Amino acid sequence: MLRNYRTLKKAGVLGLNARNGNYILQYNKRRFYPLVDDKVLCKRCLQERNLAVPDLIGVIRSMRGASHMEDVLGDQREFVIKPAHGSGGDGIQVITDRKADYFVDSDGKLVEFADLKHHVTNVIGGMYSLGGQPDVAMIETLVHFDQAFSALTYHGVPDIRVIVYMGYPVMAMTRLPTRRSHGKANLHQGAIGVGIDLASGLTVGGVSGNAPVSVHPDTGENIQGFRIPHWERILLMASQCYEAVSLGYLGVDIVLDRDLGPLILELNARPGLNIQIANRQGLKCRLKQIDQLENKEADAETRIAWSCRAFGTLGEEPVAS
Amino acid sequence: MSRNRQWLVLSLLLITLGSLIFAYKYVRLGFPPLPDMQSEAWSIQARVQLDPETGSVRASLVLPSRPTGFTVSDENFISRGFGLTLEEDTYRRQANWAIRRMREPTTLYYRANVIRDTRDKSFAPRPAFPDVPQLEEPFATALQDIITEVRAESADIETFAAAMMARMTGREDDENTRLFLSTVESPMDRVRLVQTLLAGARIPTLQLHGVSLEQEQAAAQISTLLAVHNGEDWLVFNPYSGEEHLPDDFFIWWTGDRTMARVTGADLGEIQVSTRKQLKSALDLATLRANLRDSRMGMISILQLPLQTQGVYEVLLLIPFGILLIVVLRNFVGLSSFGTFAPVLIALAFRETELLKGILLFVLIVSLGLAFRFYLERLRLLLVPRLAAVVTIVVLLMAAISIISNEMGMETGLSVSLFPMIIISLVIERMSIVWEERGAGTALKEGVGSLFMAALAYVVMGIDLLTYWVTVFPEINLIVLGIIVAMGRYTGFRLTELSRFSKISDQNA
Repeated sequence: MLRNYRTLKKAGVLGLNARNGNYILQYNKRRFYPLVDDKVLCKRCLQERNLAVPDLIGVIRSMRGASHMEDVLGDQREFVIKPAHGSGGDGIQVITDRKADYFVDSDGKLVEFADLKHHVTNVIGGMYSLGGQPDVAMIETLVHFDQAFSALTYHGVPDIRVIVYMGYPVMAMTRLPTRRSHGKANLHQGAIGVGIDLASGLTVGGVSGNAPVSVHPDTGENIQGFRIPHWERILLMASQCYEAVSLGYLGVDIVLDRDLGPLILELNARPGLNIQIANRQGLKCRLKQIDQLENKEADAETRIAWSCRAFGTLGEEPVAS
Repeated sequence: MSRNRQWLVLSLLLITLGSLIFAYKYVRLGFPPLPDMQSEAWSIQARVQLDPETGSVRASLVLPSRPTGFTVSDENFISRGFGLTLEEDTYRRQANWAIRRMREPTTLYYRANVIRDTRDKSFAPRPAFPDVPQLEEPFATALQDIITEVRAESADIETFAAAMMARMTGREDDENTRLFLSTVESPMDRVRLVQTLLAGARIPTLQLHGVSLEQEQAAAQISTLLAVHNGEDWLVFNPYSGEEHLPDDFFIWWTGDRTMARVTGADLGEIQVSTRKQLKSALDLATLRANLRDSRMGMISILQLPLQTQGVYEVLLLIPFGILLIVVLRNFVGLSSFGTFAPVLIALAFRETELLKGILLFVLIVSLGLAFRFYLERLRLLLVPRLAAVVTIVVLLMAAISIISNEMGMETGLSVSLFPMIIISLVIERMSIVWEERGAGTALKEGVGSLFMAALAYVVMGIDLLTYWVTVFPEINLIVLGIIVAMGRYTGFRLTELSRFSKISDQNA
């Protein structure tokens, strides 16, 4: 057991205690938390910096507002309902179409309007927020996912998670929805995490739960060696989020839209550690390398170039010069 | 850097403070570290017999004032119609009895309960130097000779006094000694002789009279030791051997060259002193000692509180230990549960029901509640009313279980009343959300995890010794706090992470 401990330490793996104590507590100031914990606020903040996000359709703040939900929705056929303070992907309802009086969810199941309203009231009541605080329901446009991913995903929208430390991209992965995850891109709901080489944007290998996988369980497609489109822009957007929300240790979730390109879905002040398993790499050694930099670059492009040089694992030419 | 180490300083400070208070109470006040320990207490009695003469009678008896190594916890008198007054100053206490007419022989009693205490030699104030005694010849010359000789054989007051007393044992055969010893008729004379000789060198002395509390005695001998002041401190000698030693079990009754009792108007018969040993709870004695000494430290114990409040604090003071366990299980082992400290509260509930029955009840109530909760979900109730409904259902379930188990003649059902229903309701709510969002497997896993942690917390908080400790030494919670603070800076891996991340190390090894 002690030997296990030492090998993990040598591999530079970041544990939960170290993440919380040495990085989150130290570099994420509490007063900036609302900027990422409140998704409505976060969206506004990112839009001010001209960072692309899915458009907001409306916000339902009260039970009375819930009864006027029809007005907010208008004739939108596809949209996503999210708790503004949700965590871990809980309480997200994806509607992809309307059929007569029914809505169609991401699994193709029919949902009654009353069900939808009940869901919204649950969200407002605080069922999905941390500590059961009253919340607001946010309705935003549905992302039409890029066909580039179609072979690697089962329904839903795959997303890309980039860990950004002091503005430097440190590690990245993409999360592919599966049948088990009901189209949600969340690892503990059953999505697969696939590591991405920072320099080239090529996928390196995947993990389902804690077990390594090399093919998508629903499509049978090989998930290694896939080149993520718009990689350069993804890194740039992720890196710029540091200036937007002033959090030193940040998880940026990005989706690829067919028409709009990369969109920032949400930011996370306490990003999970599974990204290390997906990449088969420890985070700590990379974070330490950044700690050792004498002067941190102010400019996102320079930071990315440094990260690609330092953390690229496949030895290909970095896309960003 | 200083801020980085502050936690360590704080933690060590808390642990030291807790340990110091603990040590003080253990060493100085004698609070026993284990429950049901016994320690000895003594009851001593003086019986003064008076035979009538004529007229009014006055009798006085010296009382223990500052018995080094002991404390008088309480005392009483049997006065038989005599008027009793107590005369006290800092170093001397005396009981005065008086009666106008005494027709028949009367016995007066004084009885004191005595417990052990720390030894400080404060039985008498700092003395003045005595005058050189004016003796007739040939004693004056002999005194000068002896002092000169003994001074030559000694280095300081301590060795001088010892040598002088040794010389008076009569083993050394010189004529000066023989001259002085020829005047000695009783053991007391010998003590007075030594005092006179030491006064010749202007060394202050004081007689200590007392009894030995080594074993019970029906008729205890009053024995006399001699204290010699060396300018700083009192040194106690056995005047008959010259050995410097104050025995542990010597109870100093009074000091000085007075007699134990004085009587006018009656004939003083025998004074009989008896001692009796009693075994008492060490804890009671320590508490008594702390009270007598008016010690603030000794007051830091919930034993001073009303009995009802004590019961509450006995449980409350155990909670930090449960919490400590949760910290270990979460941050070192890496288990997760519904609600951070909910397992501790569930464990408290188990205290009312016993573990196995508690777990059964918990599982029963939670699963029934969960079933109702899933049904309520279909009714589309708003969150707060739905939670309220779950709480109500939990209460009704508990009532139903109590009634049914009562019908069946089981008692445990009744004690369920203190089961924390709000906690259970929240567990049900949280569990149903996890059930829907993450699947039944995760929900059950976390549920079992919570139950496991609760059971472990119950076991820890049920250790009898721990219960005793928090009652008598509540300051150990400071140590617990120190440990918790220190553990707050543990940034190493959790036990579960070792297997979770093992794939990474395989790759890199």
